[in-house]
Amino acid sequence: MPARRPTRLAKWLISGPPLLYLLVFFAAPTLIMVLASFRSPGEFGGLAPLVDATGRIDLNVDSYVRFFTEPVFFQVFVKSAWYAALTTVVCLLLAYPLASLIARSGKKHRDLLLLLVILPFWSNFLIRIYAWMIILGPNAALARLVNRVLALFGAQPVPLLFSSFAVLVCLVYVSLPFMVLPLYANLEKHDDALLDAAQDLGANAWQRFWRITFPLSLPGVYAGAALVFIPALGIFAIPDILGGPDDTLIGNLIKQQFLETRDWPFGSVLSIMLTLAALLLAGTAAWIGRRGAGDSRA
Amino acid sequence: MALLDIKGVTRRFGDFTAVDNVSLSIEAGEFFTLLGPSGCGKTTLLRMIAGFDLPDAGRILLNGEDLADRPPELRPVRTVFQSYALFPHMTVEGNVAFPLRMAKVPATERPARIQAALEDVRLVGFDKRYPHELSGGQKQRVAIARALVTHPTMLLLDEPLAALDAKLREELQIELISLQKEVGIAFVYVTHDQTEALALSHRIAVMNRGRVEQLDEPSRIYGFPQTKFVADFIGQCNLYSGPVTANAGGVVTIDVAGLGPVRVAATSSIAPGAGGTVALRPEKTRIAAAAPQDTPDNHYRGTIAALRYMGDVTVYIVETPGGTRIEALLANSQSGRAKFFEVGDTVEMSWSVDAGHFLAE
Repeated sequence: MPARRPTRLAKWLISGPPLLYLLVFFAAPTLIMVLASFRSPGEFGGLAPLVDATGRIDLNVDSYVRFFTEPVFFQVFVKSAWYAALTTVVCLLLAYPLASLIARSGKKHRDLLLLLVILPFWSNFLIRIYAWMIILGPNAALARLVNRVLALFGAQPVPLLFSSFAVLVCLVYVSLPFMVLPLYANLEKHDDALLDAAQDLGANAWQRFWRITFPLSLPGVYAGAALVFIPALGIFAIPDILGGPDDTLIGNLIKQQFLETRDWPFGSVLSIMLTLAALLLAGTAAWIGRRGAGDSRA
Repeated sequence: MALLDIKGVTRRFGDFTAVDNVSLSIEAGEFFTLLGPSGCGKTTLLRMIAGFDLPDAGRILLNGEDLADRPPELRPVRTVFQSYALFPHMTVEGNVAFPLRMAKVPATERPARIQAALEDVRLVGFDKRYPHELSGGQKQRVAIARALVTHPTMLLLDEPLAALDAKLREELQIELISLQKEVGIAFVYVTHDQTEALALSHRIAVMNRGRVEQLDEPSRIYGFPQTKFVADFIGQCNLYSGPVTANAGGVVTIDVAGLGPVRVAATSSIAPGAGGTVALRPEKTRIAAAAPQDTPDNHYRGTIAALRYMGDVTVYIVETPGGTRIEALLANSQSGRAKFFEVGDTVEMSWSVDAGHFLAE
């Protein structure tokens, strides 16, 4: 009996609803935003009318010019990228040993450990950030301990809260599961026979890791890095709540433009730049990842 | 001094004794096979030689040196794994170069060494391929080249051909024999396939339940099995047991229920009344439509109960009136006729005293 193939109609029926959803809630808003970026800000915030009093269509690149001529915005982008990169590296260093531990533990423990990794998702994102306010607060045990140790060396006490440190700690905290899970998914598939073979062929523990395990885990590393880096690039809630005055990132800037300054065209430009940066990085990661996966297909 | 000395090695996993007080020696340049059913301890023994497992008792000596304190990466033996275990992110060249890098062979020397190893396994020109671009047989060749490139003292092969189809397996068997002769390195080969063991080995250790049942040359393992297990495991064999009724003039007679007295040549001092077994290979029997003209040492009448036509030969299962079955093998050598007998035919079975092999209980 020949295999039954879905008809053209069936294909459209199946893929129609999600396609429609994406068109309405993703493509359309993006287009609206692109359009908004070329318009003028309204007198009292928002957007100026598309057709002004003289009947001229008001489209311009003023907001783009502003973005590329005032260096402060580029600096914020660089700072955001730096925070996101640092978060990604710290997450990778913390997640790798954890993921390999989970991948190597027995079935029973493995499920429990995975559950613990995803457990934080069960409580609200903002609540978890506020929890860090308490943990890092000036009267909490952690700050007291740190400052007591600093005092031993004759240093001035430092606040932990409302600092870049607090922002980074919390960024790492919320991002860690997104690094652990793809790494675990990759490491769990590794064939132990390869490590036996490497050892048999003269490789010591470090060589086995560096020449076999790590290169084979690169697709997982890329996936985790993308999942951590891209959201971290646009985050605003964490620097808002835990950051100091210097911790303004792109996310905060965009939020400011829309909610406080009410300069929607410029906010749109910033959003578009952020999206482009994220796309560029995701594309690069996918490209590298595909190359890595091509090499490691068994 | 032997190349490898295994002295009283025992390995237990909980209550299960995987390897039970095994002692054997392997000589330089030898093709040595550990043969047995799954769970007989052959792979555990191989892993202990490689260093992936350690004996609970006994010693393993290579060139007289105890290997106990040497981890696998420091033992001059190499393993070819059943799953090939090629590194998927490296080309054929990268795989074969790996042990050279680990041994810190200078980069300038590596290409020549790699080419020589690939020549040995007839894979020249495949350097830049990745493992997923190779067939099973080619992967196995890469695994062998990778294991041989550093000229180890000994090569351990763990069922290396088990995953290949029959035709390719035969081809690679022939290549393995000539490769081993060419490189002159001792091969320790683990398999559960008795025909493979017989075809390849200089000597075979037949293992069962963690013990070596018999260690001998292939022809002696097949022709003169020392235990019922060996007789039964290696090839097809009729096994008839019963009390010994006579032992005179180098011929032992056993009374087999359902068959009658069976006479077999044996230099045994066994006394009448003790138990014994005759092991009789199917191809050593004579099967004929008419009663033999001479008076053979053993002669029974029966009917064909079943047959297995195998192309070159046919295996007949003959049942005697007493209900005993005799397996007989006949080459289909006569032209114009596929096989000689059909199910239900009455046939005359006979064999001489030296066709069978006597095993004392």
